[in-house]
Amino acid sequence: MAEVKDPSEGVRIDLISGERMAGLTSMEKIRMILDGVREGNIVILEEGLSPDEESRLIEVTMTEISPDEFNGIEIETYPKSEAADASILDRLMGKQSTQKLTVIGPANQIETLHKDETLISALVSRK
Amino acid sequence: MGLLTGLKSSISRAASTLFSEEEPKRIGIYGPPNAGKTTLANRIARDWTEHGDAIGPESHVPHETRRARRKENVEIERDGKTVTIDVVDTPGVTTKVDYTEFLEHDMEKDDAVRRSREATEGVAEAMHWLREDVDGVIYVLDSSTDPFTQVNTMLIGIIESQDLPVLILANKIDLEDSSVQRIKNAFPQHETTPVSALEGDNMDEVYDKIAEYFG
Repeated sequence: MAEVKDPSEGVRIDLISGERMAGLTSMEKIRMILDGVREGNIVILEEGLSPDEESRLIEVTMTEISPDEFNGIEIETYPKSEAADASILDRLMGKQSTQKLTVIGPANQIETLHKDETLISALVSRK
Repeated sequence: MGLLTGLKSSISRAASTLFSEEEPKRIGIYGPPNAGKTTLANRIARDWTEHGDAIGPESHVPHETRRARRKENVEIERDGKTVTIDVVDTPGVTTKVDYTEFLEHDMEKDDAVRRSREATEGVAEAMHWLREDVDGVIYVLDSSTDPFTQVNTMLIGIIESQDLPVLILANKIDLEDSSVQRIKNAFPQHETTPVSALEGDNMDEVYDKIAEYFG
């Protein structure tokens, strides 16, 4: 078994599969993301959040911002949303796809260098 | 007898609700901080309300608007018809607020911390309005800045997922660096209308679009 490193020596990255997220409620997902980010981790979601969950994530993040402690989050997904392409029938049938790789980190540790439809390039620093 | 009177009264109430004039639609003005949302809201209020009162103070310091403010019964006249809306000016949406950024605007630490706390409450409030309390959205962008930001992508996605009508405005066309095309490229699925809320340029087209989208 690998030796457990001191977390302060690096940046922890959690890659969370769509399968793991599928069994969680919206608030459980948001809690898991924010708990990780507040510890200084970078959270990468294989399938992202629904628009409604993104809206709630912003709202809950705002309630947790505290001066000199937590400045909020940086979140990045590819600009082209598959949700926008879903037909009205698909939306009505609940088939709206929200699958999009999403990177979330503490606002004071992650900086987006470049973003386009196919590439997200970010600089991550230690706390 | 009492039962019959009660029934008649219930039917009468239901009928008056059914055939009463439609409630004005609540149109939320959304966008990132410093896009010119309050300048636009004030321009609309000044142009179309009797006393021409401003909705809120305008400023170049981000997060000047930290509470959603509603101006009721704004009657916009287009082609002989009147469109009545409630205009809701909302705080600029962001995923982060750092009070130290306000210190750069000659603010004391206590004031900066207070402003940041109010700003976070305002953003949370704006998100809540978007999910629960608006019937349409005017999305305001500063056309001199890059529209490909995460906040814009997410907010437009949230608005689309709720099937709300959205009018995208490329504001600040009076600035040298303005590029309306950049915004059109970022959101090709929507129509973009250029405007300078500060100078009043192209407001006639904005009012035409408001009547078309929300009338």
